Amino acid sequence: MKSVRCIDLCKTYRQGEIEVTGLDHVNLEIEEGGFVCLSAPSGGGKTTLLNAIGGLDTPDSGEIWLAGNRVDNLSKGELAKMRLHQIGFVFQAYNLIPVLTARENVEFVMEVQGVPAADRRTRSLEILEEVGLAGLEDRRPAQMSGGQQQRVAVARAIASRPALVLADEPTANLDSQSADQLMELFVELNKNHGTTFVIATHDQRVMGYAKRVIRMLDGKIVGDEQREAA
Amino acid sequence: MLAAIVIGVWAMIFMTALMRGMVDDMVKDGISVLPGHVQIHHPDFRDDPTISNVVAPPDGQLLEVLGRPEVVAWATRVRVPAVISSERDTRGVTLVGIEPVRERGISFVADDISEGRFLESRDDRGLVVGRKLVEKLETGLGKRVVIMSQDPENEIADRGFRIVGIFDSKLAQYEEGYVFGGEGAIQDLLGVGDAISEVAILGTDYRDVTGLHRMVADAAGPDVEVLPWNEIDTYLGSMLAVMDGFVVVWIVVVFLALSFGLVNTLVMAVFERVREIGLMLALGMTPRNILSQILAESILLLIIGLAIGNLAAWAAIEPLKDGIDVSIVGEGMEYFGAASVLYPALYLKDVVLANVIVIVLGFFASLSPAWRASRYDPVRAITKV
Repeated sequence: MKSVRCIDLCKTYRQGEIEVTGLDHVNLEIEEGGFVCLSAPSGGGKTTLLNAIGGLDTPDSGEIWLAGNRVDNLSKGELAKMRLHQIGFVFQAYNLIPVLTARENVEFVMEVQGVPAADRRTRSLEILEEVGLAGLEDRRPAQMSGGQQQRVAVARAIASRPALVLADEPTANLDSQSADQLMELFVELNKNHGTTFVIATHDQRVMGYAKRVIRMLDGKIVGDEQREAA
Repeated sequence: MLAAIVIGVWAMIFMTALMRGMVDDMVKDGISVLPGHVQIHHPDFRDDPTISNVVAPPDGQLLEVLGRPEVVAWATRVRVPAVISSERDTRGVTLVGIEPVRERGISFVADDISEGRFLESRDDRGLVVGRKLVEKLETGLGKRVVIMSQDPENEIADRGFRIVGIFDSKLAQYEEGYVFGGEGAIQDLLGVGDAISEVAILGTDYRDVTGLHRMVADAAGPDVEVLPWNEIDTYLGSMLAVMDGFVVVWIVVVFLALSFGLVNTLVMAVFERVREIGLMLALGMTPRNILSQILAESILLLIIGLAIGNLAAWAAIEPLKDGIDVSIVGEGMEYFGAASVLYPALYLKDVVLANVIVIVLGFFASLSPAWRASRYDPVRAITKV
């Protein structure tokens, strides 16, 4: 079954006075359990595509299907529920809530889902241990390194057991060692849980971990390469 | 923001307590001057307050009702228009024949005697006169004056009385316009036997005289008119009603001033949390969740502000229970019928009203920033620097 299916997606947006083509007739299918990198230079359309797949942005035309369900025509509320239950996000700037501890950040999504407090606590501690942050659960983001913060973000992304994780330049703010550790974590989660990963990046080393690299330029897919993961 | 709410709530409650205290004082003084809480008259007495319109003294069922605990005090009076003459001047007055012992529980005269003595019995043949009237008549304590009125046959009834006491009042019109004598002596003068003009009855709370009025009216029967104080003294009655309305207006006005700060602060608080709100939306909180959360936060802020504001108001009012000396503006206060010592009066209903208005209007004031936050585009919000 296809985890993601995009049909003829188009999206333009304005930057000041200039109209920019974000997506230009994009057609894409990603299998369940896939580990895919979207590669493009800045402004190439990878973040626009990721946002469209994640329901954070709506395309001007075309269709988006997630796990067999069309999602491009959903309302804001329905899109929010879809993100809550089906998708995990990892952002370049971590985007943790600064006033919450690592555990509370991980629990946040489960809390919105309505998971009971005791279950949230148990699961958040398990996940933090899985991402290598055991013992740091009571630290706030400001008390953690960039790599640790990104791991908290990953823990938050997988806390709701999503079928799909969308990561936008997840290693851009990390040193090479932390970046490698993060990618190894992604690979492990992909293997262990069968979670589909779609990672937007222009980092060649990150692409080295991917089973498939889709190259974009000016909003178009210009290359689609299956490869042996590192 | 919290400070603004606290100060606003404090101002609402504290100022309301001061205003209530002032009006309470005016009304209580007004009531104590003559009306009591409920009065019984002949049905025509209010239109023609002469000796022709008298009633029999209380007896039977009415006397039993007047002995109930709801009745704090009661007194009968004979009350007629009269002329008082000294050797130098003559004035028109209201002559009031009273039972001194009973009257002590109701009206001001006994406590406000500044010279001489109060009447000692219902047959006391002395007169108690206001200081200003004494000055106008150019007479004094111990001097004789002549009281002249009409008896029920419309014949002149006059007699000499000696001034045995002089009273002071906060209101000049009472000092000038009322003369008090023993009820029996006045009845003799007018030749009305034991007939009286009115029965004045004091209950426990001037704000709630409905029950007392109904009870007395039922017992007094249909041949007499029974009226509560606010219908007897419509000026005082309407002042109390105006005050109730004014309190609402005052609280709303203070809130409107407060609401500018509230909305502004909430807008700023939302603006400062654009990224956080965008992130929450991105992670799966629905716009409705965001709306509810911002509203809940502002309501929580209002509740905390209300709690502190209420406490601050109570803490400010409690030490002033013994009164605030406003004698520096005493003449102005007296003009309005208020005393030169102001006693703040904190009523539960005013506190509840202030709290309810702040919560309800605060909720509506929070809707706009909360709605704006719920409409954020998560992508733009997350990337906002």
